[in-house]
Amino acid sequence: MIHHEHHIKDLQCGTCTCGLCCTRIQNFGVTRGNTEILKDVNLHIHCGELTALIGPNGAGKSTLLKAIIGEIPHTGVLTFLDAKEKNTGRPLIGYVPQRLDFDSGSPASVKDLFSSAFTNSPIWFAYKKEINRKAYESLAQVQAEHLLNKRLGTLSGGELQRVLLALALDPVPDLLLLDEPVSGIDQNGLRLFYKIVSGLRESYDLSIILVSHDLRLVAQYADRVAFINNKTVECCGTPAEVFSNEKVIDLFNLDWPKIYTGADGEEE
Amino acid sequence: MSLWYGLVDILLPFAWAHHIFMKNALLGILLVTPVFGMLGTMIVNNRMAFFSDALGHSALTGIAIGVIAGIKNPLWSMVLFSMLLAAAIIVVKNANTASTDTIIGVFSSTAVALGVVILSRNGGFTKYSVYLIGDLLSISPSDLLLLLIVFAAVIVLWAFIFNKLLIVSINQSLAGSRGINVPAFEYTFTMIMAVIVTISIQWVGILIISSMLVLPAAAARNISKNMRQYHAYSVSIALISGLSGLILSYFWGTATGATIVLIAALFYFVTLVLRASLAG
Repeated sequence: MIHHEHHIKDLQCGTCTCGLCCTRIQNFGVTRGNTEILKDVNLHIHCGELTALIGPNGAGKSTLLKAIIGEIPHTGVLTFLDAKEKNTGRPLIGYVPQRLDFDSGSPASVKDLFSSAFTNSPIWFAYKKEINRKAYESLAQVQAEHLLNKRLGTLSGGELQRVLLALALDPVPDLLLLDEPVSGIDQNGLRLFYKIVSGLRESYDLSIILVSHDLRLVAQYADRVAFINNKTVECCGTPAEVFSNEKVIDLFNLDWPKIYTGADGEEE
Repeated sequence: MSLWYGLVDILLPFAWAHHIFMKNALLGILLVTPVFGMLGTMIVNNRMAFFSDALGHSALTGIAIGVIAGIKNPLWSMVLFSMLLAAAIIVVKNANTASTDTIIGVFSSTAVALGVVILSRNGGFTKYSVYLIGDLLSISPSDLLLLLIVFAAVIVLWAFIFNKLLIVSINQSLAGSRGINVPAFEYTFTMIMAVIVTISIQWVGILIISSMLVLPAAAARNISKNMRQYHAYSVSIALISGLSGLILSYFWGTATGATIVLIAALFYFVTLVLRASLAG
């Protein structure tokens, strides 16, 4: 459950880049069974910004996303202020999961996925033309329209990620949560994904939280980085700030200048 | 019913279709196999074959409870018990204590053992053995009415819930983020399964009920590229296996349910070869 507490007064959104909307995560904590997974997590997500979550495996990055969508119970408050500085309660969230739950042999196609999300009229009976068109348009935004009739199981990691991104963008969310797979996506696919996400942030003025495993791409595309370690956000700021933090350097064995030159060198 | 009998006499002027019990069984097959084919698509997608098997086994305990309670027709105690069992399995599964197949195995074997213990008291188990292989030829007009109602109800429900069920099966968090009440759909689906499995047990038999659900969909999966094809093939394979199984069992003098399963299995192996040759 997401708790709707209304602290409109102390939620003046002065630091937003566009000054119109923002999402605040305050004192988030998650405990499953007897294990505390997250505590005292505070994040201020500005709209039009890409915030990357980095940290060691098992630090609770995916858990934080699942708590935000309300799947995992949590303590603390999630507040969203829309363009009129009004507390609208729960933001509309788009979510791209890390992976799919079923096996690659399933006959479910990309069209099946979109149709079943967009309409209640049973897809085992007939596909609707206007839904097909809508799905095609959604996919075109992420350069994936050629995948419409493919089975989900035959997509590459990068293709699947873009398809799920297109789905998460319809309806256009207030907050976009992306859980990147640890592996299985080739460098080109990953780069394309970051490019598309980075473009979306500007065209839709979205607040984006991205769980990332590729520090070089984070350095290049993220506006803000939150380092999650020891159950909480240990460090948060611009990529340059976070990547010069000692704990971060220690954990990732960072060679900071190399990351920057590497990223710059590959820029087109 | 006389309308149906007349229709069969006109359409199927064969010796085997002359008997009333064959006409009843024919109608039964036409009603129940499409439902098996439809539900099977989601059972296979969700890797719930073992779960459907457990539901079938729980029927024994349902009968036993009916016997203790002194109910003449154990159908209602069977339905109730298998729904309870299905709910219990989901609750324990969602608590994440052990892997799903272990949990289903524990519940299933407990249910079977409990049923056998109660029913075998005073050595009277043999009279219940009809439930093990089922007897489709004993289906009566009142059974058919029940089947017709269930058939209509499942198709209507399926039309309403299928799209959402598919998203839930693709990724639960994704479904949740789109405002879908995941547990509600999970429970609805398992309850439908529990009811269908239990109602069909007396005609299909505990031993092969899950094969009836799984085989047509598993075969269809080999040759389908999307959900509509998957449904069309699965329902067709279920229907064809059902009809041909009924006719063959008449001539061979074999148990109808098992004959149907053999034909569905044949479909599975043929489509498996087809898939390999399509891919290669």
